[in-house]
Amino acid sequence: MVRNMSPQRIDIKTDICIGAGQCALTAPDVFTQDDDGFSQVLPGREDGNGSPLLREAARACPVAAISIREE
Amino acid sequence: MSETVAFPQDRTCPYHPPTAYDPLRGGRPLSRVTLFDGRSVWVVTGHAEARALLSDGRLSADRSNEAFPSPTKRFKGLQNRRTALLGVDDPEHNTQRRMLIPSFTLKRTAALRPAIQETVDRLIDAMVARGPSAELVNDFALPVPSMVICALLGVPYRDHEFFEGASRRLLRGPELSDVEAARDQINGYLADLIERKRTDPGEGLLDELVATRLETGETDVEELVALAAILLVAGHETTANMISLGTFTLLSHPEQLAELRADPALISVAVEELMRFLSIADGMLRVAVEDIEIGGVTIRPDDGVIFSTSVINRDAAVFEQPDALDWHRSARHHVAFGFGVHQCLGQNLARAEMEIALGTLFARLPGLRLAAEPDRIPFRPGDTIQGMIELPVAW
Repeated sequence: MVRNMSPQRIDIKTDICIGAGQCALTAPDVFTQDDDGFSQVLPGREDGNGSPLLREAARACPVAAISIREE
Repeated sequence: MSETVAFPQDRTCPYHPPTAYDPLRGGRPLSRVTLFDGRSVWVVTGHAEARALLSDGRLSADRSNEAFPSPTKRFKGLQNRRTALLGVDDPEHNTQRRMLIPSFTLKRTAALRPAIQETVDRLIDAMVARGPSAELVNDFALPVPSMVICALLGVPYRDHEFFEGASRRLLRGPELSDVEAARDQINGYLADLIERKRTDPGEGLLDELVATRLETGETDVEELVALAAILLVAGHETTANMISLGTFTLLSHPEQLAELRADPALISVAVEELMRFLSIADGMLRVAVEDIEIGGVTIRPDDGVIFSTSVINRDAAVFEQPDALDWHRSARHHVAFGFGVHQCLGQNLARAEMEIALGTLFARLPGLRLAAEPDRIPFRPGDTIQGMIELPVAW
């Protein structure tokens, strides 16, 4: 798969996140869960880290809490 | 008007959707089906529509709603009871879920893997010692989740036998009176356990909830008992049936099994594909509380809505050659764990249990085979979680 090189901006709506962990399961190089279970972007990965699975991770979120914008 | 399909119906093959659902496949994303009591409801079969509707707040999961659909007489009989978590809507659901989320993260699940592995190893050791044959449902598929749930909740090991026996009666009866008696025993046991944990805390989800939510007044013993009971039920039968039916399915697909054995790293994609392929929780239920226009139809308030996951997860628009078991597809977006706010809370734990149970079983027993003709092995009827009733194997 081609790495997506254009920088992205990830926005997580923590108020609607249900802690399913699907983002961190799908793209573990970008997302993690904090101690309460809520989705978090790994430090330094706010631009998506060129992850080819970034959009897949957003699509895997059961409550559409993740949006991705091209910078 | 043409006759509608009855729902639910028994599968003809334990790992394929019922052939009686064929009229629901490949056409419209929503159809009408008829329930046991003659009521006509919507069945959702399109993948995109299922994702949209399962995350739509205009559909309610509130089982105490009089218009909530009942797939069986049994379900109707239990409907007046409050069901924590999966039977309530936000904001009540959200409050309950948020108490539990920290215990089910990927990190916490990963930390449970060694204990799951140990459980699986011990059960296989016992099977091998008694071998060279076993009844896999009782000897393996059921005890795995049972032991994991005890460990997760913080049920002391000395109570294990009581807990496992009572859970089995709760889930399997056989009589309704057995189920009700088991429910009372379990609720009583959990209430006592919670009281003991207040003075003598241990390590487990219940201990944590007692310390962080009960003592702060955020919840009460009754709610904690209800939550623990639903975790027990939801985490038990589902995982056990994925293990038994997953094993049957792998033994019925020698090519895919050989590929998995040759490359054990495939286990996580294999489990995801098995989740899609088997869709054991086939018939998630909701009731509409407002008008919803979708897929060319209008769902009206009080309409019942059923999600046939076995058909949704074989939508050819999303999964190419959907009736084939294929480790090389992306099965990721299946809805076997549901979607929306009610998506399975324990899905990451379930994945760990399935990966370890199936991966270890086939690695340890290279000669594993069915010990009866496949079409003589009984599987569960269509009105409940799908899976094997018995699974005689030998090696």
